Amino acid sequence: MHHVLVDQWSQGSSPLHARDPRAKVLVLLIFLVALATASPNAFPTLIIYAALLASGILIAGLPLGGLLLRSMGILPFSLTFGLITWLAGDRWRALGLVEKSYLSTVAVLLLVGTTPLPRLLGGLEALGTPRLLVLMAQFLYRYLFVISEQAQHMRLAAACRGGASGTRRHAKFRAAAAGAIAVLFARSYYRAEGVHRALMSRAFSGRFALLNPLRFGWMDACFAAGVGALLVLARVQ
Amino acid sequence: MTPIIEVRDLHFRYEDGTQALDGINFTLHAGETVALLGANGSGKTTFVLQLNGILEGQGSVTVCGLAVNKQNLAAVRSKIGMVFQDSDEQLFMPTVLEDVAFGPLNQGCTPEEAIEKAKAALQQAAMEHALDKAPYHLSAGEKRKVALAGVLAMQPEILVLDEPTTFLDPPAQINLLHLLRGLPQAKLIVTHDIRFAGALAERAAFFEKGKLVADGPLEEIVRRFGWTYSDLAADLRYSAQRRF
Amino acid sequence: MHIPDNFLSTPVWASLDAISIPAVGLMIKRAGRDLPDTRIPLLGVMGAFVFAAQMINFPVGAGTSGHLVGGALLACALGPAPAVLVMTTILVIQAFVFQDGGVLALGANVFNMAVAGVLAGYWPFQLWGAARRNSAIFAGGFLSVLVSGSLALAELLISGVRMPRLLVFTSLGLFAVNAAIEGAITISVVQALDRLNPGFVQKPGRSNSRVLIVLSTAGVLLGIAGFLLASSAPDAIQSLGQTLGMSARTNFQTPMANYSAGNFESAWLRRAIAGLTGLLLICGLCLAGARFVGRRRSA
Repeated sequence: MHHVLVDQWSQGSSPLHARDPRAKVLVLLIFLVALATASPNAFPTLIIYAALLASGILIAGLPLGGLLLRSMGILPFSLTFGLITWLAGDRWRALGLVEKSYLSTVAVLLLVGTTPLPRLLGGLEALGTPRLLVLMAQFLYRYLFVISEQAQHMRLAAACRGGASGTRRHAKFRAAAAGAIAVLFARSYYRAEGVHRALMSRAFSGRFALLNPLRFGWMDACFAAGVGALLVLARVQ
Repeated sequence: MTPIIEVRDLHFRYEDGTQALDGINFTLHAGETVALLGANGSGKTTFVLQLNGILEGQGSVTVCGLAVNKQNLAAVRSKIGMVFQDSDEQLFMPTVLEDVAFGPLNQGCTPEEAIEKAKAALQQAAMEHALDKAPYHLSAGEKRKVALAGVLAMQPEILVLDEPTTFLDPPAQINLLHLLRGLPQAKLIVTHDIRFAGALAERAAFFEKGKLVADGPLEEIVRRFGWTYSDLAADLRYSAQRRF
Repeated sequence: MHIPDNFLSTPVWASLDAISIPAVGLMIKRAGRDLPDTRIPLLGVMGAFVFAAQMINFPVGAGTSGHLVGGALLACALGPAPAVLVMTTILVIQAFVFQDGGVLALGANVFNMAVAGVLAGYWPFQLWGAARRNSAIFAGGFLSVLVSGSLALAELLISGVRMPRLLVFTSLGLFAVNAAIEGAITISVVQALDRLNPGFVQKPGRSNSRVLIVLSTAGVLLGIAGFLLASSAPDAIQSLGQTLGMSARTNFQTPMANYSAGNFESAWLRRAIAGLTGLLLICGLCLAGARFVGRRRSA
């Protein structure tokens, strides 16, 4: 699965990887809000933002081409709407839509490419996200790949057996797919029971305790303040 | 010498009415290793889950002198550690270190103490290089060892392993075997792998339909119940030769 | 259906962020009541299941295939509040890890799919699931997708995104088709689940609280209203957006030529106000109706 690539990227080490996730999230939010509220033809702003993103990617040691390519996933959607808006006569808006949505995607990718998800979740929790959601996301992410692989196997098995022919072909495919989802559900449910058993066997006390408290250092403060200021200045000029 | 596990007249019935355990009597002494054998569904895993209170039946279960009941659960679970068949279910934290430190944290250690114990346990299991890795990056054998480390970090007196060789290739099995041999804890090993059992245990307990029908030397039980197919292999070869 | 960033106007995404936070907070409180930490792995794992299940293709004939979204299925299997939280978690992971849906737009996507969609998906099950389970589950799947899609479309229109009528109608038609697919998949999965273990999807009725009935009714109504308004008068929605000042303003620095600000004619305004009033009336009627139903059930 291609998200494994982003996972690999996030395991790297660079000054950007080492920053506290809270600082990075804050900077991302400033970036996104500034970008969203900028007018579509504020080209100097957009160019500065693009340059900032590119330098971020290089500092982080991530593959520039790979990341930019990965971000193109947004393009089908934004180009379609951009085309419609252009044809409706609103050219600036059309361009702005495509440019801004692409830059937003690159920015988010830069964040997750420099922050392993568990640390990102820890940062979100420290910024006020409810613990329940953070823990759920942690477990979801942990078992996402395991269960997705199971789903792939089932697709394969269903396809192997799906050599059904004849009039009731589609109904058979549907029945097989529904059955596959149901089995996936059941296996996931029983897996959760297994996790529960393992949890209790290690004397789970009822609360998940924190192991690695995040430390917000002066470098993080400089990073957040500096880049944040840069983003705002570029926006209001 | 007082037994480290003492089970007397244990009965357990599942919600749907199946009598999973029917009058089990069992003792284990410190340092002993016992193989739990029996057909699938004969009650081995159900029995083992009674020992740390995951399931609760009727009868008396005592672990390290503590009666296994609702009040003692935390203490009991510190004394008896369980390694389950599915390592993915057991390694549920994002990184190896966090997972192995989970037990000590539950026991009341500070984060620093928990990390120390986790590192020591990972060293015992020869997995200290995997500290910061995510569990899904590990092989089946590595996951098994990390799961064991997670249990060892709690410093239990008894280890229970449910089908420990599942998914392991022979080198990983040998690796695990050597690791287990070096551990001083009393061990209960639920397994179908007779060679693995034979390398670790001299005594075996045989389950059949919820009853403990035999408890004695491993070789004797294997012979009595025909619990291996090495003779069968010889038979097959012989009859194949006769045919041609 | 995941709205990316920079599609919605600032007032729209900001107010939806502001609405979603207390909405999800309310669900956390409801779920937290009977949700010890030990249940968290279950919710996380079932979230992973939904993710994975969305990859399995359902042939729907004519060479196309659909896939499960899962809101209604989760609501019927886990209960509405946990389902809202699981879907919220899924959307957060999708936004960050897969860049599917925007980060600032999370409020909108969470509102559309995790809150309104899930509650609308649970609504039929809650009302008549005990009596006629199969039709309730199909209706739930249908409504959850229809409501999410209609709300998304309405939000885009209010934001001033230019959409010719043909595109609006096509989108609504597509939502309706996807909604039917969701209903069909949900009910066939539930039937398959019953064969595995009848305990997976139980009858509703354990939490009949009025709050939930009101919320889910409101969710359904909002969605239907969005659908009706969008289909009958997409231009009205756009002008409503402009009237309320919700649309993105592109006309302070750019050439204004193509952006006619002359839609403040009274005819449009009247229609917009009529639409709003109608919506409020229906809301009020159903609030009263829901209270009535709630009282009868608890009696």
